[in-house]
Amino acid sequence: MLGGIYALLGIGLTLIFGIMRVVNFTHGELYSFGAYMMFALVMLLHVNFFLALPLAMALGVALGAAIEFILLRKLRGADIDTTMLVMIGAWIAMQNLEQFIWSGVAKSVRTPFPSSPLVLGGLSVAWSRLFVFAVAIVLIGGTYAVVDRTRLGRAMRATFQDSDAARLMGVDIDTVYLSTFALGSGLAAAAGALLGPIFVVSPGMGDLAALKAFAVVILGGMGSIPGATIGGFLLAFIEEMGAGYVSSGYRDAMGFLLIILVLVVRPTGLFSRQERIG
Amino acid sequence: MNGNPALSVDRLSIRFGGVTAVEGMTFAVQEGEVLSLIGPNGAGKTSAFNAITGYLPAAAGDIVYRGRPLNGLKPSSIAALGVVRTFQKTSVFSGRTVIDNVLIGLHLQSRQHPLAIILGLPSIAREERRLVEKAREVLQFVGIESRKDELASSLAYGELRLLEVAVALAARPALLLLDEPVAGMNSIETASFMETLGRIRASGVTVLLVEHDMKMVMRISDRVLCLNQGRIIADGSPSEIQRHPEVIRAYLGERHARAEG
Amino acid sequence: MRRAATAALLAFLISIPLWVGNLYVLHVLIVTGIFTIAAMSLNLLLGYTGQLSLGHVAFFGIGAYVSSLVSLGFSVHLAPDCLVTLGPQPVWFAMLWAIAISGFFGWAIGRISFKVRGAYFVIVTISFAEVVRLVALNWDELTNGPMALNNIPPLSLSIPGVIDFSFIGKVPNYYLVLAAAIVAYVVIARLVHSQAGRAMIALRENEPLAMSVGIEVTRYLVLSAVVSAAIAGMAGALYAQYIQIVDPNIFLFIYTVTMVIMVVVGGKGTLAGPIVGGMIFGLLPEGLRSLEIPPELQWVAYGVLMIVIVSIMPSGIVPALARWWNDRVHANARPAEASQADARQAAQ
Repeated sequence: MLGGIYALLGIGLTLIFGIMRVVNFTHGELYSFGAYMMFALVMLLHVNFFLALPLAMALGVALGAAIEFILLRKLRGADIDTTMLVMIGAWIAMQNLEQFIWSGVAKSVRTPFPSSPLVLGGLSVAWSRLFVFAVAIVLIGGTYAVVDRTRLGRAMRATFQDSDAARLMGVDIDTVYLSTFALGSGLAAAAGALLGPIFVVSPGMGDLAALKAFAVVILGGMGSIPGATIGGFLLAFIEEMGAGYVSSGYRDAMGFLLIILVLVVRPTGLFSRQERIG
Repeated sequence: MNGNPALSVDRLSIRFGGVTAVEGMTFAVQEGEVLSLIGPNGAGKTSAFNAITGYLPAAAGDIVYRGRPLNGLKPSSIAALGVVRTFQKTSVFSGRTVIDNVLIGLHLQSRQHPLAIILGLPSIAREERRLVEKAREVLQFVGIESRKDELASSLAYGELRLLEVAVALAARPALLLLDEPVAGMNSIETASFMETLGRIRASGVTVLLVEHDMKMVMRISDRVLCLNQGRIIADGSPSEIQRHPEVIRAYLGERHARAEG
Repeated sequence: MRRAATAALLAFLISIPLWVGNLYVLHVLIVTGIFTIAAMSLNLLLGYTGQLSLGHVAFFGIGAYVSSLVSLGFSVHLAPDCLVTLGPQPVWFAMLWAIAISGFFGWAIGRISFKVRGAYFVIVTISFAEVVRLVALNWDELTNGPMALNNIPPLSLSIPGVIDFSFIGKVPNYYLVLAAAIVAYVVIARLVHSQAGRAMIALRENEPLAMSVGIEVTRYLVLSAVVSAAIAGMAGALYAQYIQIVDPNIFLFIYTVTMVIMVVVGGKGTLAGPIVGGMIFGLLPEGLRSLEIPPELQWVAYGVLMIVIVSIMPSGIVPALARWWNDRVHANARPAEASQADARQAAQ
């Protein structure tokens, strides 16, 4: 199940990374934003759980669009250092704003699922996790469909290959960038909204999520959706293995060690295929 | 001009991005001569430069300089052997002053050990003074010494290109590769550059030149090579090349294509 | 003129403990000083060589831990039947080890930076810092994990019969940190104004051109990383012996961000930049705290500040000020230059 979440995070980031060439440090914050929105919608505003989920994701999309419009648009031509530093500044501001608004105490979101697990011939799976997995798969599939089938998706792919050529062919770069960032942010928010009710919601949760998203992008190659999907599940698998062999404390370290190892051996990621996304 | 070949390129092929930029290129540059590479755009001239100086890998073929094979060496190692190049697109350290640019170019002329630097040994200060003197000499040679404390970004175009040459000269090349050095220069700047090139050549440096300005090429070269579509189609003295049918066809073809498209 | 200003500044800094009695203020100055040293070291790698290393706190923390472990002594099982023990060592010896081991990790990162570029390098450095943090958190036997290393002894100089002095208390530590900061500054300044420094800057500004004149990329990336890491390690060791407790939270990303903000806002690629940045972001939080502005909002402000500064003065405060000063000084010279250029145009 975590694999699905990692894949969601990774896909969003790899799209932004690949198409816009921006290192999105706010990705983790959108993850926690999604979780906090779920908390606000379900626990404070008493919105139905299943309605709150798409709403939280939609809010994530909106926030992503806002970030792109306000911050990134102006930095279009700037070098990568400047953009990265601006994103870091945004990340700090967002996380601390979140901490200020919601206070550092962890919050929990009630789910409408029965607490007793579903038993399928020897395997017992919690309903909530099954649900998360299912939604994640749907979202992954949906993203793939958008990128592969729609006009916008084609525009995104063209921009990924060669943004100058795409512009000359009439692709509206502004729309592409806006949609890419909004979509990526929406996916991150969805991941947070899905996972928040399962674990707890706290301000720092975005950091770890962001780093894992980066790990997935590196495993899967920048800009490759199938790569990010495979990478997401691969990372979850490796974490499980690692936690078993070494100790559960090092579970999170597995991902990072993997990043370092992969990049040292293959500096452009495992599955990096320059031409494709989707 | 039968000297010893300084640089010999043997069946060089360069491929990247699915395109064959250069195929089976074979030529030699003699010590002390000025050899020009001409040819329509996309003929592979800059790719050849890139392969010779280590910026691009050679798919096939050998590149040998004064008996040392250059294949697979890093650009900085090739520079250390005395082969220095300039770039087609104006390339300087634009945030630094003119003299700083040349000081960077003098990198190979100095051996300052990090430990000596950190300890602040007097030898370092002496070395720095010596380098500043050398930098001023190089700037004088090229003719822009008066601009030494200005930011490179504030130079006029012609002076910028002279600065590029100064930086390359600071590295004390025995073989200098110039990539379209007078592109974009007016006739006065070009004439002044040719004079500088003459002085470079007189100081014993071998020069390999890529240029489109035919007048300059014909006046200054000992020999001319013409490339088209990655292959050498002519090799001879300037006057021979001017009358060479293949060369004329290659250039006419380009003009023809430009007229149509 | 510059010499006099520097001397005056130094005299001022040296005099501070004489007229500042408030121990808390001294404490803030000491911690600010330590972080400024770390910022200066980051500036060498990030500002001068252009390597976006966002794992710098790893070197700081490694320095702190190595210094603490060597001065406290430790015993750890490297394998089930392989017990490695070290008795407590003099603190100055421990600090040298801290510098050496941090420097070693700097070397490793430097070598990696050559192969792994741009955004990927950023990710590697962040991951590296995270891995180190998790190791410190989980390797209980060596590091006490979250229980922290306590009672770290302070630095002491003892030559029997001549001197026996321990840096205990605010005032001695203030001077220790000031001395260390001066040493760090001098080392970095000498490096930056030398051939090595020019090579690093060249790599940052125009790498292909730098290569074409013989500058070996790996060599100077590594040199920059090693010196940078070693100085950060020294800062970490100073911190450990002053605060006398070290726990894995020292590796939190937020501290790297603090150093990055100090360098970027203060002025990357200048010697004064990280000092200005260090002063601002070391002292400002204290000032704001007395105004009772909650720390989260402060950080929101810092984030916004960083965005603003990076957008309008990308090189930071110090270079912007220097440019403004230069423009004012040269305002009179410009008309002469303009007419010279006109004359040249006319002659063509």
